[in-house]
Amino acid sequence: MPAPLELEINGKSYQVRSDPDTPLLDVLREELELTGSKYGCGEGQCGACTVLLDGSPRRSCQILLSIAAGSKITTIEGLERDGRLHPVQQAFLDAGAFQCAYCTSGMIMSGVALLAQNQSPTPSQIVQFMQGNICRCGTYPRILEAIQNAAKSMREARP
Amino acid sequence: MSASAPRFVPEPERYEFYSAPIHRFELERRDFFRILGAGIAVFAIASRSVSAQETAPTHGFHMEDLPEEISAWLHISEDGGVTAFTGKTEVGQNIRTSLAQSVADELRVPFGSVRMVMADTLLTPFDLGTVGSRTTPTMAPQLRRVAEAARDLLVAEAAKRWNISAEKLIAADAQVKDPASGKSISYAELARGKTLAQQIPSADPVTPPTEWTVAGQSIPKVDARDFVTGKHQYSPDLRRPGMLYGKILRPPSFGATLTSFDPAAAQAMSDVTLVRDGDFVGAVAATEREAKAALDAVHTEWKEVPQISGADLFSYLKKNAETSDDDRARTVAGSVSDGLASAAYRLDASYTVAYIAHCPLEPRAAVAEWRADGKLTVWTGSQRPFAVRDELAWALHVPESRVRVIVPDTGSAYGGKHTGDAALEAARLARAAGRPVKVVWTREEEFTWAYFRPAGLIEVKSGVMPDGSLSAWEFHNYNSGASAIETPYSVANQHVEFHPVKAPLRSGSYRGLAATANFFARESHMDSAARAAGLEPLEFRLKNLSDERLRAVFQSAAKSFGWPAKKSGAGQGFGIAGGTEKGSYVATCADVQVDQKTGSVRVVRLVTAFECGAIVNPDGLRNQVIGANIQGLGGALFEAIAFENGRILNPHFAGYRVPRFRDIPEVQAVLLDRRDIPSAGAGETPIMAVAPALGNAIFDATGTRLRSMPLAPRGLKA
Repeated sequence: MPAPLELEINGKSYQVRSDPDTPLLDVLREELELTGSKYGCGEGQCGACTVLLDGSPRRSCQILLSIAAGSKITTIEGLERDGRLHPVQQAFLDAGAFQCAYCTSGMIMSGVALLAQNQSPTPSQIVQFMQGNICRCGTYPRILEAIQNAAKSMREARP
Repeated sequence: MSASAPRFVPEPERYEFYSAPIHRFELERRDFFRILGAGIAVFAIASRSVSAQETAPTHGFHMEDLPEEISAWLHISEDGGVTAFTGKTEVGQNIRTSLAQSVADELRVPFGSVRMVMADTLLTPFDLGTVGSRTTPTMAPQLRRVAEAARDLLVAEAAKRWNISAEKLIAADAQVKDPASGKSISYAELARGKTLAQQIPSADPVTPPTEWTVAGQSIPKVDARDFVTGKHQYSPDLRRPGMLYGKILRPPSFGATLTSFDPAAAQAMSDVTLVRDGDFVGAVAATEREAKAALDAVHTEWKEVPQISGADLFSYLKKNAETSDDDRARTVAGSVSDGLASAAYRLDASYTVAYIAHCPLEPRAAVAEWRADGKLTVWTGSQRPFAVRDELAWALHVPESRVRVIVPDTGSAYGGKHTGDAALEAARLARAAGRPVKVVWTREEEFTWAYFRPAGLIEVKSGVMPDGSLSAWEFHNYNSGASAIETPYSVANQHVEFHPVKAPLRSGSYRGLAATANFFARESHMDSAARAAGLEPLEFRLKNLSDERLRAVFQSAAKSFGWPAKKSGAGQGFGIAGGTEKGSYVATCADVQVDQKTGSVRVVRLVTAFECGAIVNPDGLRNQVIGANIQGLGGALFEAIAFENGRILNPHFAGYRVPRFRDIPEVQAVLLDRRDIPSAGAGETPIMAVAPALGNAIFDATGTRLRSMPLAPRGLKA
């Protein structure tokens, strides 16, 4: 049994026992029961497992535990604050930007990352940034709309 | 338990319908209410006509002592909560929401008080599967009928209590009201202390769409908040106490058999359970990685069989065609040779459609748990929970009554989750391990060991008279299927036939089945015929079309698109296509831009008009139509499974291109609401006209007729 590694996830500290070369996604889902991040391909091709590492969107299936251990990790479970949804979550809800919703966690995490670095993305900037996230149900137009709406509400909420 | 395999016919069009059961047992009220709690319960009995549909109860029913023909039921609890039960599954088509709308509408209760219990073989009525766009036309009316009967029961209770004639009372807002006296009483109060059960025939009249209040509204997806917070648990997210993880050792190619098996190195690993059962080899361990490591340590040898490769596919299909013994596969009228002889213009062309994969983002997954008493429960993403139950019972040699299948709301299916592959694997491994086991397929397994939309070859001959009317139509589909094979156009001389083939890859249902292939061949050919006859493509179609509903979607799509449109530059092209299937009507207009230097094809705009009778949830429908158009764009332009000698060559998203953000055009859905026509399903038909509309637009842009789907996997220069 390897020595436990410390992970900081959603502001909480976790001691994890998985091998250091375990993908972060497996650690989140199997060991920590944080199943909001989804397995879609395990190849970094679909974006369903997207989490934030120090604010940057990363495919957690491609990040080894040993690499993640030094970073602040945010997952879909960490976006809600005191019962209030993150504006991107709220915008997805308001736009009905999903069908089966299996891609939704990853889409929202990518959207949150985008709006953290660009308060007013153009549609083509959103498309460019989100190219790695697959929605097989084809709800892309609504996702685009939701991210634009979230950007607007976040701009308006700023003092 | 039967000795032979149950019939797992994946395509609804080829289903053999079972006849209705002989026995009907008395209701045991006590058992209902033990499970549901006190209150009022109503049960719909499937009629013979309904029995011919997918909701037919064909197998034994396992909730203790329930009659076999029940197709839906509903319960009103003492607190006024309404629970409706159906064997249908939610796979992203939003049916949990739209069925609850129908129940609320008919029962006259607020939408929020209705809860749907779905797709649990212990708790819900038998159902053949969530397939063929049948849920809205068959299940919604049945739920309405039970709701309507419950409403009558509540009104009768109030009438008894007040000693007034029931005709004087009305049901509204979860209350029974007496308009004369102003008295009212809530459903909750009426249900209190009751154990009232009623069986009804399923033919009672229900509220017509013109009087809907909750149905017909754009009510947001039920439990939507759980999906944006990651709380919803799909099958791969579930965990049971003591659960382990299973992996399966896959053969090197399809049909390979295991000739040598040496587990010594894997057996030396601690806390690993290895299973070999015929050609099945699997491992169970505390983590997925450990299970995989154990399989990596197993030494196996396989005997492989030579197989047809993609390069030889279409000639193979033609050479190995069989004649279907199903009369539905063939339509012959008049004389095609006479029709061709009298034609001014004759066309003859072949079209092909590649194998494609569903790629549900949630891969096949299951959690299986055996109880000490030998009962098995499996949670899995499937469109056919009862069929999966039967597969489990058959494959594991246990009675169906000991198997329970529960389908959590699933991360999509598109016709790809009719079988219980992961469920069987998890159950077999869990039995060996003596602990609950979870199996989640990798993307590569999903691309390789699931089934595909069948490839096909379609040959079309047609004749057109000088005035542009069709005089002959001959249409042969090899392998891809008979859905929507019939032409909706008026033509006196025709021969339309489906030829089944024992095809090289495992095939099954896909959203729309073969209708997309048949629409593609037919509507591409119609475009060629219009040009041969010198007629504008829409005008040519309307000239040969008497079906008013189909004419209406063509005209609506054309109007919203601005058809016929004027080109604004080189490389631009417009296409139109349409048709009817599963009781609904679709037409799509496409605007494409072909880069003349690189040959790349960009879809600029799609306008799809769709009509499926009375619309239950306009926003949900719009979402389905636009999503189907985008999914259809993938199969039309670039999706194709490459295979060689029993191996899939592109089993990854890196090698199998699906539509992504950059591929998405402006998509407009034009919804025609026909409150005078019963609702048809809407999950499939909106995908069907996309490919031919794009092919016709590419022809318009380039003068090149593309007759193979995908049309432009690497652009037009490849």
